[in-house]
Amino acid sequence: MSLNKEQIKYLAILSRMDIQDSEIKDVVDKLSRIVEFVDQLQAVSTEGTEPMAHPLEQGQRLRIDKVTEDNQREKIQLNANETNNGMYLVPKVID
Amino acid sequence: MIIKEIQNMTLCALKQGMKDKDFTSLEITEVLLSRINGLGATLNAFITVTAEQAIKEAKDADKLIATGKDKPLLGLPIAHKDLFCTDGVLTSCASKMLHNFIPPYDASVVKNLKASGAIMLGKTNMDEFAMGSSNETSYYGPVKNPWNLDLSPGGSSGGSATAVAACLVPAATGTDTGGSIRQPAALTGITGIKPTYGRVSRFGMIAFASSLDQGGVFTRSVEDAALLLGEMAGFDENDSTSVDVPVPDYLGGINQPVKGLKIGLVRQHFDAGLDDDNAIAVKEALDVLKDQGAVIIDIDLPNIELSVPTYYVVASAECSSNLSRYDGVRFGYRAENYKDLNEFYCKTRGEGFGAEVKRRIMTGTYVLSAGYYDAYYLKAQKVRQLISQDFKKAFEKVDLIAGPTTPSPAFSLGAKMDDPIEMYLNDIYTIGANLAGLPGMSIPCGFVNGLPVGLQLVGKHFGEESLLQCGHHYQQATDWHLQIPEQFK
Repeated sequence: MSLNKEQIKYLAILSRMDIQDSEIKDVVDKLSRIVEFVDQLQAVSTEGTEPMAHPLEQGQRLRIDKVTEDNQREKIQLNANETNNGMYLVPKVID
Repeated sequence: MIIKEIQNMTLCALKQGMKDKDFTSLEITEVLLSRINGLGATLNAFITVTAEQAIKEAKDADKLIATGKDKPLLGLPIAHKDLFCTDGVLTSCASKMLHNFIPPYDASVVKNLKASGAIMLGKTNMDEFAMGSSNETSYYGPVKNPWNLDLSPGGSSGGSATAVAACLVPAATGTDTGGSIRQPAALTGITGIKPTYGRVSRFGMIAFASSLDQGGVFTRSVEDAALLLGEMAGFDENDSTSVDVPVPDYLGGINQPVKGLKIGLVRQHFDAGLDDDNAIAVKEALDVLKDQGAVIIDIDLPNIELSVPTYYVVASAECSSNLSRYDGVRFGYRAENYKDLNEFYCKTRGEGFGAEVKRRIMTGTYVLSAGYYDAYYLKAQKVRQLISQDFKKAFEKVDLIAGPTTPSPAFSLGAKMDDPIEMYLNDIYTIGANLAGLPGMSIPCGFVNGLPVGLQLVGKHFGEESLLQCGHHYQQATDWHLQIPEQFK
């Protein structure tokens, strides 16, 4: 199945990722080829086959909920673009 | 004379040389740093060279050696793929998105190797977020293949492979989600091993596809791979998929004979698509192992041709989830000029990611979106189960599976960039091991038109030992792994 420009624009919205007009033709073309390529899976009979979620069929390991690390807020926030008083700043969300 | 020797030496030989006082860790470090910054600069193998830190660590190692202290990797230089977090050192994942990211901690792999005494010379170039098979998607530009500078070294761990192949460093770490260690190892003529899923901690490894990603190593001998893997592997509480199985003494057990070892040859691997000369090299390699007492048995992996489409559904889905963390708020690239939060996210991600990464995020978003989930994602996870069962059945008959690592030798830079499917098909022989969580290794097994090609060995879960033993015996009988590209001798 090939994808159209509108579908690509919708996927870009879902992915929160701007796609420039200059990029869109290339994205439509290549993504369509990828989807057509993976479409061959549809013809495979998988009746009675359980989907595989983990290569070693392991479950989730649990641990005791206790503090294992010291607070490193300042070191961690060195990577942030904008902080104030230990908090991350983002554009205004609520008027 | 010593300089010439140092650059070509394996980790094991360097360790012996330091023990015999032929040279110091500082001398080794200085020789290699000057190669990285000199002759090696044209290869673009490194994103960051940590010269100052390396020299300091080498001096410290020499002091320890002088007092008679020993650690398995004491004073030995290595490089890390720029996907492993390194405390205080840029970890970019070769993306504009992380061009300014300085991790506040070390990945467990980095921590383990540091604790064993290894010295980091720098961080190597790669495909952006490990998404690529040619190292051309890097924000820092492509890496070149030391055997021919117009060719790709493969990817995604192309910088690590090139650095080892060009003797800029004796060993380097890498990660393998669909072949990203084994394919570049084959295309640059070195040894590369991807262990069993869960064998090496993923903590501090920047995630691409979490159910497939696994760290491993590049070296110039299987013996070195055994040494290094033994030091980096092991259970880690910080990785919820790490497996608590004791790490065997890989190096100590490497001389176990291969006599009677049953090696399966996958019929489907020799269908159309495999370069004739490549097929000959692989068959000749198996003859060598046969002479050493191994038994070659034909086997079938009936669904193996579905591994590439299965992979591109599963890996893209996981990538689209994993990469949702890049929002420009807590770390990484942040766009300018936005009017609200939504535009802030969209611009940051639109500008911060490269074309291939965007394609994979969108593919993943598509296969996970309402109305398509069952048809693509769930279907792919079922086919993955079929592929995995094929391997299980095969391993009832054989101890190891052997075949080509890649369909052909290294290809030209730019050759496959316009056709994503052709690029993806370069990983046709390697992806199966990731889907099934099996260990895989590529070792050099000959040359086609002056370019190295690889033999891939795939083992049972936690069967790294038999891969290493088999590879080591092969390297005792051959000298393909000792070949060094002319320009970098």
